[in-house]
Amino acid sequence: MTQAEQPLAVELRGITKRFAGVVANDDVTFEARFGEVHALVGENGAGKSTLMSILAGLYRPDAGTIRVAGEVVTFRSPRDSIARGIGMVYQHFMLVEPFTVAENMLLGKEGQGTWLETAAIEREIDELGRRYGLAVDPRARIWQLSVGEQQRVEILRLLERGARILILDEPTAVLTPQESAGLIRTLRELAADGFSIIFISHKLDEVLAVADRVTVMRRGRVVASVEAAATTKHDLARLMVGRELASFVEHEGEAPREGTGPSPTTSAPVLELSGVGAMGDRGVPALTDVNLQVREGEILGIAGVAGNGQRELEQVVTGLRPVTTGTVRIAGRDVTNCSPAEISAAGVAHIPEDRLADGLIPSMDLTGNAILREYRRPPIARGPFLISQAIASFADRLLRDYDVKAPNRHVKVRTLSGGNQQKLLIGRELTGSPRLIVAVHPTRGVDVGATETIHAILRAQRARGAATLLISEDLDEILALSDRVAVLFGGRIVGDLPAAAATPDRLGLLMAGVTTQEAGAAVHD
Amino acid sequence: MTEASAVVRWRERMPLRVERTLEPSLTVRILVPIVSIILALLTGAILILVSGENPIAVYRAMARGAFGDRYGVAETLVKAIPLLLTGLGVAIAFRMQLWNIGAEGQLYLGAIFATGTALFLFPDWPAVPLITAMILAGLIGGAVWGLIPGVLRAWTGANETIVSLMLNYVAILFSEYLVHGPWKNPQGFGFPGTEQFPEAAWLPRYGTYRVHLGLVFGLVAAVVLWVILRRTRWGYELAVTGENPRAARYAGMRTRRNIILVMALSGALAGLAGMSEVAGVGHQLQRNLSPGYGYTAIIVAWLGRLHPAGIVLVSFLLAALLVGGDQLQMGMGLPAAVAPMLQGTILFFLLGGEVLTRWRLARR
Repeated sequence: MTQAEQPLAVELRGITKRFAGVVANDDVTFEARFGEVHALVGENGAGKSTLMSILAGLYRPDAGTIRVAGEVVTFRSPRDSIARGIGMVYQHFMLVEPFTVAENMLLGKEGQGTWLETAAIEREIDELGRRYGLAVDPRARIWQLSVGEQQRVEILRLLERGARILILDEPTAVLTPQESAGLIRTLRELAADGFSIIFISHKLDEVLAVADRVTVMRRGRVVASVEAAATTKHDLARLMVGRELASFVEHEGEAPREGTGPSPTTSAPVLELSGVGAMGDRGVPALTDVNLQVREGEILGIAGVAGNGQRELEQVVTGLRPVTTGTVRIAGRDVTNCSPAEISAAGVAHIPEDRLADGLIPSMDLTGNAILREYRRPPIARGPFLISQAIASFADRLLRDYDVKAPNRHVKVRTLSGGNQQKLLIGRELTGSPRLIVAVHPTRGVDVGATETIHAILRAQRARGAATLLISEDLDEILALSDRVAVLFGGRIVGDLPAAAATPDRLGLLMAGVTTQEAGAAVHD
Repeated sequence: MTEASAVVRWRERMPLRVERTLEPSLTVRILVPIVSIILALLTGAILILVSGENPIAVYRAMARGAFGDRYGVAETLVKAIPLLLTGLGVAIAFRMQLWNIGAEGQLYLGAIFATGTALFLFPDWPAVPLITAMILAGLIGGAVWGLIPGVLRAWTGANETIVSLMLNYVAILFSEYLVHGPWKNPQGFGFPGTEQFPEAAWLPRYGTYRVHLGLVFGLVAAVVLWVILRRTRWGYELAVTGENPRAARYAGMRTRRNIILVMALSGALAGLAGMSEVAGVGHQLQRNLSPGYGYTAIIVAWLGRLHPAGIVLVSFLLAALLVGGDQLQMGMGLPAAVAPMLQGTILFFLLGGEVLTRWRLARR
């Protein structure tokens, strides 16, 4: 490689970082070149984010040296790191929601006069957007943008600040397959222009698609650093978890359905939406004439590009958003515009899109989170009072049954890893054997081991006879779990296919708004 | 050098920055208030020296005033009662992230309702039913005043901080109107105030001291509140709503109803404080019924960490500070400004210490 003669973009040597006795990074050495996409992979808690936060100036290492473009540097704050041309896109975006894209770009920008130079920045956004496939309306307000667009704003902001080394922390976790493909193109173009891209991910397919080199971390250490062309998904998975994973083998060409439980074509519909319409947050129709049925023992996958009505569909079914037209029935009962409590009481479990914002109380301990559904009912409650012993045994059982790894039930949920948070939430929601499970991105930001567990749990629920509405932007997940797949586009269901007919290509066309007729395929249903 | 890097280098020279600490340890939580008080006393000593007095003598006089004899302790308890009740009231609202700063007005409304009950509704009733009726009246008066910002917040989203603050002025001025106008004592020699209550309406006192039954109200309220917060479904709902309102909605909790109920309860406790002031201390409704108890309540609630036991402790300490300061003025003839100055210094250090247990200065 000719790049080897150029100074390394980033060179971390012997980095060690401890948090309250836990070693997050243990003598880590990491290199990234200019002109390459370098993937950093590992399970949750492997130390990837800590290492990158050190590079971004958020933490100071306890030991070790950092070189950027050949020079030894010490970062006292993210500002120092930015000044060296390093920029990081975090999983949780650092944008001011009520502000426009242009205003966010101006935030914290140095060397400005009295007046905000909005027009100039808007031109620059357009220019950079065109060049790198990061188009976004500079005058739109952040809250109006889809997650994918918000991410583009984050990247644009770094480019505008002159960053030459971009760190992206699980950037595709929040994206649709199409958006992911677009992001990968953008990253390749940036690398070709000489940028150094560090790409943190769990998703090995994408890693192999985008990266030139891959560094694997496990338990705070680097276990391997390899050329992407010289490795396989299977090798990487083994390096990440340190053991063989059955799911990766099964995954290849496996039929999604195991043939257990009641036959979905003949069983009773649990969820029925007819002619449902709803408004989005911006007061424009977000769902139009949606007709759906999910039967007992069936998983219906909802595919679609983010912002095509998935969130509104989730909220309409769980009672969090009013329906403007049509009806929602659960087990034959009309629950249109019933309250979330009534819908929950009708036997609906809800695994929400953003678990920390909606489904959990991060600042409360595990017991407080465990009883969020059960606190009204005996044995947890007796009259208006809560029974401590019942709470304790309920919480302990939940932690045991769903394999939630926590020191004890009194730690705050905030301190758990994403996978353990999600297992706690899912366990809580599945208590009481719900008829219908509304699961939205159930494995987002969750490590490989926990993803496997969660998928197994959802399959077991199907075998038990539960109906599942699975809304996910991870097409692999949808294909792995669903019996049928419906596609949302522009707030409408544009396709409803049995799993056998739902190939990634066909779904991709539907998700892009090409109807089944145009795609030259037979319309199902 | 570009302007940007100049700014960066300037920031690098700043030796300190503020960081959030992790959970403070128990030692830190106990040590910090003690050190804060010592530092406050040292700083206060400088202020006293500057005004030409002997700090040790002044401190001794303050301590003697607040704790030195039974009279002092009794006076401290008298002042602690309204602080305790109003402190508990605002704390339960704060738990739900409702910033009720209207305890002062709610206290006045409770006092007005209780006064109306004693003087005009049932002036001939015997003590037990009359005092019971006055307790209810006080609770209702405060609750009504708390409900107004509560209902507005729940149904229109109106900011409860501003509404509750403005209602303080309405309540205080309404009470002024009553004591200068329709409820004025005709035999009061022009003093603004109502007639004295019938003796049946007086809260029982302990011996010859001014400590009255209101102390029991406060302690019972603290226990009840602790049970609600720790042991009931409703208390759990309040905690969830306060920590993550979206999770409360997700779980189907009736947030609007809870906002209204909490504001009513918060106001009711302040109203009870007002009732116990008129029935236990003044035996009439008069001008300047409260020297700002409802505002001090906010400090009480925060220093007590919104925990009933903490609020009991802090209300007694702040009451001691008030009584000790009064003694200074009366006993030593110090200028009126010295006592509040010392009180302010002590509060400043206590709150500062409180901040530093959660945030720390770190070397850059």
